[in-house]
Amino acid sequence: MSDIKSDLNPGTVNTYDACPGADIAQESPLAWSYLNSGAPAPGPSSRIVMREQAARDHLILRGGAIVIDEAVRQVLGINLPARPQQLTLCDDGVSSLQWLSPDEWLLIVPFGQAYNIELELRAALGDASVAISEVSGGQTLLELSGDADALQQLLMKSVIYDTHPQHFPPGKGVTTVFAKTSLILRRPDDSRWELVVRRSFADYVYRWLLDAGDEFAIGVIRDGAQQGASA
Amino acid sequence: MFHIYCPYCEEWREEEEFHPKGQAHIQRPIDPESCSDEEWGDYLFFRDNPRGIHHELWVHAVGCRKFFNITRHTQSYEILETYRMGETPSVTAESVKREAIAAAASTATSESAEEVRA
Ligand SMILES: [Zn+2]
Repeated sequence: MSDIKSDLNPGTVNTYDACPGADIAQESPLAWSYLNSGAPAPGPSSRIVMREQAARDHLILRGGAIVIDEAVRQVLGINLPARPQQLTLCDDGVSSLQWLSPDEWLLIVPFGQAYNIELELRAALGDASVAISEVSGGQTLLELSGDADALQQLLMKSVIYDTHPQHFPPGKGVTTVFAKTSLILRRPDDSRWELVVRRSFADYVYRWLLDAGDEFAIGVIRDGAQQGASA
Repeated sequence: MFHIYCPYCEEWREEEEFHPKGQAHIQRPIDPESCSDEEWGDYLFFRDNPRGIHHELWVHAVGCRKFFNITRHTQSYEILETYRMGETPSVTAESVKREAIAAAASTATSESAEEVRA
């Protein structure tokens, strides 16, 4: 909403801060789902725990791998995941960069950082032919953790992709069919799976997971406060 | 269900993630203003319907969302190869015919060799 940082903007592209500010409460795409379908609290018998990581900003980077690699190394200090299906985690434990297609990457950063990072990337990219889009409002991140075996079985019921550990090691992520919709399925480490879900399908996926996870006594951790205030 | 190799994802993926998009390698007339109605009509409306080898455009719709080419046999439905946009197919109707002739020739020579031995 401000042009204070416009000195960082080389001036060829219109940029604006889509984040309404940390003091303004934002509603998660799952707000209505929690209300309508409930959120069973995790208990001692829960083998799977679901948690929405709402306090994230999502950016789509498009362009040539070589120029983008240089820019993300400069701005984020990581190499671009250049191999198909590759997922790279940043040292902060929150941010990540994922290969989506030969000229497209998904960058997830902590809430409120997207605008600064976009400006820094644009400054580093100069006049290279690239596109950077803020898509935080269009999707959300769901995290599944718990018993590896139960998670495996839950995913086998839901996705057409082979999620066997041999075929889907940590550090991999794919866009695939999930319960008749599509989402990004990724495995940041041994104990967690992440789903990047479209906002308009978030309720459907949430209810699907509650249903499919019922036999594993799936529990939902809700971040009490609305995002914004906490971030 | 079967799997298709996406040349961009570089792995085998479920057929459900893909969509066929018709015949591949269709070139738009370089100068549409000066081409004949017949050429333009051919470009817009007419497609091959071969019995045998067919080059098709497919898209990895749920996945990398890239278009690529598939060489497919229209009788057996066998996918003979997949290749990226801008690449030329290594399996064509001609190459298959050449191989068939070569195979026939080699069996013919082996048969005649057997006759000599007998
Ligand atoms: Zn693909």
